[in-house]
Amino acid sequence: MSSPHPALVPALLRIADDRLILGHRTSEWCGHAPILEEDIALANIALDLIGQANLVLQYAGTVEGAGRDEDTLAFFREAIEFRNALLCELPKGDFGVTIVRHFFHGLYSVLQWDALTRSTDQTLSGIAAKALKESRYHVRHAGEWVIRLGDGTEESHRRAQEAVDALWPYTGELFMQPADEAELVGAGVATDVSLLEPSWRTQVDEVMRRATLRVPDGVWMQRGGRDGRHTEHLGHLLAEMQIVARSHPGAQW
Amino acid sequence: MTTMPPVADDSARLAAFEARIAADESIEPKDWMPERYRAQLIRMMSQHAHSEVVGMLPEGNWITRAPSLRRKMILLAKVQDEGGHGLYIYCGTETLGVDRHDLVQQLLDGKAKYSSIFNYPTLSWADMGAIGWLVDGAAIVNQTMLAKASYGPYARAMVRICKEENFHKKQGYEIMATLARGTSAQKAMAQESLNRWWWPSLMMFGPHDKDSSNSDELMRWGIKRKSNDELRQRFINLTVAQVQAIDLTVPDPDLRFDEATGNWLTGPIDWDEFWRVVKGNGPCNSERLGARRNAHAEGRWVREAAVAFAEKQQRDNREATEKQQMGTPLGDGASA
Ligand SMILES: [Fe+2]
Ligand SMILES: [Fe+2]
Repeated sequence: MSSPHPALVPALLRIADDRLILGHRTSEWCGHAPILEEDIALANIALDLIGQANLVLQYAGTVEGAGRDEDTLAFFREAIEFRNALLCELPKGDFGVTIVRHFFHGLYSVLQWDALTRSTDQTLSGIAAKALKESRYHVRHAGEWVIRLGDGTEESHRRAQEAVDALWPYTGELFMQPADEAELVGAGVATDVSLLEPSWRTQVDEVMRRATLRVPDGVWMQRGGRDGRHTEHLGHLLAEMQIVARSHPGAQW
Repeated sequence: MTTMPPVADDSARLAAFEARIAADESIEPKDWMPERYRAQLIRMMSQHAHSEVVGMLPEGNWITRAPSLRRKMILLAKVQDEGGHGLYIYCGTETLGVDRHDLVQQLLDGKAKYSSIFNYPTLSWADMGAIGWLVDGAAIVNQTMLAKASYGPYARAMVRICKEENFHKKQGYEIMATLARGTSAQKAMAQESLNRWWWPSLMMFGPHDKDSSNSDELMRWGIKRKSNDELRQRFINLTVAQVQAIDLTVPDPDLRFDEATGNWLTGPIDWDEFWRVVKGNGPCNSERLGARRNAHAEGRWVREAAVAFAEKQQRDNREATEKQQMGTPLGDGASA
């Protein structure tokens, strides 16, 4: 392999960390969901997301060539080294927050994976093809629930709207194209995420309309995750995620 | 499937029913069955379903801390399987004319039992190994027998579920084996976990035959095919060899091999502890039930929303059809 572009590893980490951290948050539901069917569905979504992260981290480790495998990257990086969007690390909240977040991120994910199926990087396009199918299921599952909650009872409508309002300021970051990926985009390796926003917004609006929910306007969009500047939540999440691995450095599991 | 000839009275029906049991015929939902048979099955199957669901909690406790991505995925998949088992067995129980929601309510009200093993805490990563290996392993011994149970839907559920439980057991044992040949801290973690789970897993087969109130009836009707003690002995014989193979120690100073029978004989089981946990005073009884109640209470608004939305849709079928025809990515309406 010719020497990889220096921006490829950070670009891969941005993709992987979104799925790892969101998968972690989703896995917190295990055994505590509103109905057994949702326990199963959320566990399944968490599993898909962590599986996607696993593949991309594996590849990032290979590209980096510094002897870090997927587990070293997951369990031995500090919060400032994570590149996930802030949206993914926010606490799981109630079922409404979980569902609305899966809808927002899932839709972004489908668009991103779909674009990446055409990546000139064959490893990445291979992963994308598999992940796209999973993410399509996630967004369908979440979208149906958004409509059910939004157009369900007074309480569910209120909670769903609160979730939309709370999460909306974290959606903008998904479409802020990192400057260091310009050459990768030019070479057809990475996707310019800013181009995905119009389609994302159209589909969000359609579901919001059916859910009788509204999107807030004139909101400042939070950012920082793509460069390692996170919310306070990520450190606690990682403390939990990494505790066993870090207590036994070098151990096999 | 044979159909029952019309029978004049209950004693004739009962005789015909018992003849079918004796002939190893499978009893199906539409067949006549004695009310006691139905009640025993509902009790057993719902307890089994509750156990699968409550069993998600102790292992769910370690998903966020699993030490490698591969182990995290395996554990997530396992816990997801257990939820699936619960759902599947609840549906099987509904073939006996009960409603799943009533069964869940009995669990939440503390009126239904579930396997006592889940009232023990998971204190280290090694417990994910011990549970898969010992708890799923004990469940397999039990369920392999139940796969021959006289009630068709239960027997068929067991065949399917047992395949997955075997997978869980293999993975659990692999966790333990990896720890046992790992660093000294890992090996100590494995042994400590085995020390805690060994005796409770032997208790999973229930009291000695002479103290088991339901056993006679269950065996007469072919719901159970082997006694608690027979199953327990089978599990012990299988497991002792597995403990030795990974160089761990069974926490029982009285353990000995009996040449005459080829059985491993253990020291006395602490039945006081068993009954204490069954009666609600295990280390985690209130926590487990509390977690289920909490999830149920917190999820009420979600379930109400789903019902309200479904009713709205039914009220306005025409509009629902229009919505489905709009061709958005969400338009195909397939549910989870
Ligand atoms: Fe199970
Ligand atoms: Fe299992």
